[in-house]
Amino acid sequence: MTIQTGFTEDQEQFREVVARFLQDKSQPAAVRKLMASEQGYDPGVWQQLSSEVGLTGTHLPEVYGGFGFGPIELGIAAEEMGRHLYCGPFFASAVMAGYALLNAAHESARQELLPDIAAGTTIATLVLDNLNEPDRVGAGVTAEDSTLDGVAPLVLDAHVANILVVIAGEGDALGLYHLPADADGVDIQAVEALDPTRKLCSVAFSQVGADRIGSVSGEAMNAIWNDICVALAHEMIGGAQHLLDSTIEYTKIRYQFGRPIGSFQGLKHRCADLLMEVEFAKAATHHAARCLAAGEGEPYIANMVKAMAADIYMKAAKEAIQMRGGIGFTWEEDTHLWYKRAKSSEVFMGTPSVHRERMMRLIEAEEVLA
Amino acid sequence: MSTINSVSDQALREEVRQWLSDNWHEALADELSNEAYGWETSAARKEWLGKVLEARWAVLRWPEEWYGRELSNDQAKIIEREFARVGAPGSGQDRTNLWVNTLLAAGQQGLKEKLIAPLLRNEVNMCLLYSEPGAGSDLAGIRTRADRLGDHYVVNGQKVWTSGARVADYGMLIARTDWEVPKHKGISFFFCPMDQEGIEVRPLRQITDEAHFNEVFITDAIVPAENRLGEEGTGWQVLNTALAYERSVMGETARGPRSGVATVTDEEPLVALAREADRLDDPALRQDIAQTIAYKHLNALNSARAKADLAQGTSSSIMSLGKLAMSRILHEEARVRTEILGPGSLFEGAEYPRSEDANFLTLNAYFTSIGGGTDQIQRNVIGERVLGLPKEPEVDKHIPFRDVRTS
Repeated sequence: MTIQTGFTEDQEQFREVVARFLQDKSQPAAVRKLMASEQGYDPGVWQQLSSEVGLTGTHLPEVYGGFGFGPIELGIAAEEMGRHLYCGPFFASAVMAGYALLNAAHESARQELLPDIAAGTTIATLVLDNLNEPDRVGAGVTAEDSTLDGVAPLVLDAHVANILVVIAGEGDALGLYHLPADADGVDIQAVEALDPTRKLCSVAFSQVGADRIGSVSGEAMNAIWNDICVALAHEMIGGAQHLLDSTIEYTKIRYQFGRPIGSFQGLKHRCADLLMEVEFAKAATHHAARCLAAGEGEPYIANMVKAMAADIYMKAAKEAIQMRGGIGFTWEEDTHLWYKRAKSSEVFMGTPSVHRERMMRLIEAEEVLA
Repeated sequence: MSTINSVSDQALREEVRQWLSDNWHEALADELSNEAYGWETSAARKEWLGKVLEARWAVLRWPEEWYGRELSNDQAKIIEREFARVGAPGSGQDRTNLWVNTLLAAGQQGLKEKLIAPLLRNEVNMCLLYSEPGAGSDLAGIRTRADRLGDHYVVNGQKVWTSGARVADYGMLIARTDWEVPKHKGISFFFCPMDQEGIEVRPLRQITDEAHFNEVFITDAIVPAENRLGEEGTGWQVLNTALAYERSVMGETARGPRSGVATVTDEEPLVALAREADRLDDPALRQDIAQTIAYKHLNALNSARAKADLAQGTSSSIMSLGKLAMSRILHEEARVRTEILGPGSLFEGAEYPRSEDANFLTLNAYFTSIGGGTDQIQRNVIGERVLGLPKEPEVDKHIPFRDVRTS
C-alpha cells in the first residue's frame, strides 16, 4: 500500500457531515452546560452521534460492527470534534478502548466487546496507570491470577463508563483485562481537572477479579499509544484551526486607534506565523494518519506529530487569548475553553518533550539497524 | 482542468516510459550529473532539453500552440514522476521555470516566438533586475527609469542582488515609465538585453565571502518595445506572477552546509554530528535535534502539498509559508549545529569541515530569510493576501510617485 496524499472526495464529504452535526450539537453554549455538569456529556447527542451518524464505529472493522474505515476517517472525526470542542466519551470509548482491544485483545474478546462500542451502546474506557510514557505503564495497576490491584490516578470518562479495559502489569509483562465498571472493589472518583470539557477520574482496584483478554507486548503497547496519539493530534489541530480562525476574525473586527488591530504589523506578523504553524501541523498530522493507514512511513511519525500538534495547539491558544487582550481573560469569552483543552491535550499521552525523546531513540534505533 | 488529449493514464505512462528508454541513457545521466556547477548550461544538457521539448514533455499543462499537451495536473504528474524516476531533467517546466511562465503569461507574440523555445532548452541565460539600493522591501519604490523613444525604451538606473548577471542574455527588469501616477501604477516589466554597452555588472561580496550576486549599473541601455511584458504601467501585476514562482522554488530548495564533504554517513546528519561530537546523550540537545528534524520533515510535507496548489499562471501566496518555514529551519539548524560543536565551532578552514559547515549555515541562512523578500515582508504577504487582514495605512500609495519622500 502506498501512502495517500490529499483527501478523497468521500473523505471530504464525511468531514462535512461530521462538521454539520457538531456545528448543530456542540455550540459553545452547549459545551458550557456540559462542562458544568457532573456527567459531562449529553446522552441524547451521544446516541445520535453513535447510532445516526455512526462515528463510534468509524475506524472499527466491519466484522466487529464498525464501518471499516481507518485512521484517516477517524482523524477527520477527531479533528472536527476538536474544532467544536465536543464533550463526550468518544475519545475514551471508541478511540482509546477501541484501539487497545484492536491491538491486543483475543479474537473472541474483540467479537464480544467491540460491536457494542462501535454502536455506542456500551461506553468503555481504557485504564492506563501512566499517561506520560508507554514504557512506564504497569507499575501502578497490577494483575495476579486475573485479580487487579492498584490505582490509576487519571482515567478519561471512567465515571460514565460501563466497562473498563485495563492494561495491567504482570511482573515484567503487561496483560489486557476487562471488567464491568461497577464491579465490587472498583472505586471510581471524579477528579477536579483543569480542563472541564474532558472529565477525568481516579480508578482504584482492590482485589478485583477481571477477564484476561490478551497479552500486551511492547510492540502492541506502542501501537496502541501511537494510534491514540495520532487521533489526539487530529483533535488538537482541529482546535488549533478554530483558534486561528476566530482570532483572525477578531483582529478584523476589533478597532483601536481608528483601525482594525489586524492591520498592525505587530499582530499581523503573529497571525502569519500562526497560520504557518497550523498549516504545517495539519500537513504532518494528516500524513501521520495516512502512514498508519498504509502501515508505512517513519516509525517516529506518531511521536513527531503528537509533539508538534501539542506545541502548536498551545501556541494558538496562547496567542488567541493574548491578541484578544482583556476580553480574552474573561470567563464570558469562549477562548479559555479551548485554551484549557489545549493544555490538557498537551500533557495527555505524553508531553512534547517525552515524544521528542522517543523520536530520537527511534531514529537512533533505525540507524543501528541500517 | 481541460484535457483535450483524452489519453488514458496508462497509455501516457507507457508512452513516456518508452520514450525515456529510447532516449535517456546511463552515459548521458553521468555526463549531466558531472557538469560543473555554474550559471552556464553544458552543450549536452541543451541537446537533451531540446529533445524533451521536441517530444513535448517540457510543458505538459501548456497549450499545444506553445509546445504543451494541455494535460490535466494529474496526468502531467504521471509524466513528471517518470522523468524523476530515471533522474532525467527537463519535464514539468510549466511548474518550475520562472522565465517561461512569466513570458507565456504576459509576453507579446513576437517575444514569445523568439524566446520560449530557447528558454526551455536553457540556451538563453536570465537574471532578475528588480531590487535597487533604494527599493528593497518596498520594491514598488524603484527609481530606475525607462523612457519610450520610438520603437524602444531607454533605461537608466541601478539594480542590485542580481544573480547570474555576468552570463545573462536577458534580465527581467522592472522600471518606472510614469512618474506622475502613484507608485504601483507607473511600473513596466521588460526582458532587457544584457549584452550591450549601457549595462555594467560588478560582483557584490557577501558575508560568506562569496560573490553570488552582482550590482548592475544601467546607463542609456536600449530595450525594444516588443520586449515589454504586459501593457505599460502594469509591470507590478506581471512582477507578482513572477515572484510567486520564485518563492515557490525558494521554499523547496535552499543550500544546507557549504560543501557536503563533512557528511560522515547516511545517518540523519544532526544525529551523526552529535554522535561524533560525543554529545548525543545530552537531553537538552536531543530535544533541539528532534525539533529540527521535525521542522525539516514538516517542510517537505508542506511543499509536497503546496506544489499541487500552484496552478500554472496563478500567484499563490500560500507559497510564502514554505519560504518562511525554510528560513526558520536554516537558522535553527545553524544554531543546533553550533551548539553541538561548542567552542570547536570557532575554527574555520579546510581542516575543520564540521565547523565550516556550521558557520556557513550561520551566515548563509540569511540568504533565505532576506533574499526574495524578507521574512517580515512574507508575513505581510501572508497576513494580507492569505488571511485577508487589512493593510497598514500607506502614506505614498495615492500620490504621484514624483512626490514620494525618500531616505
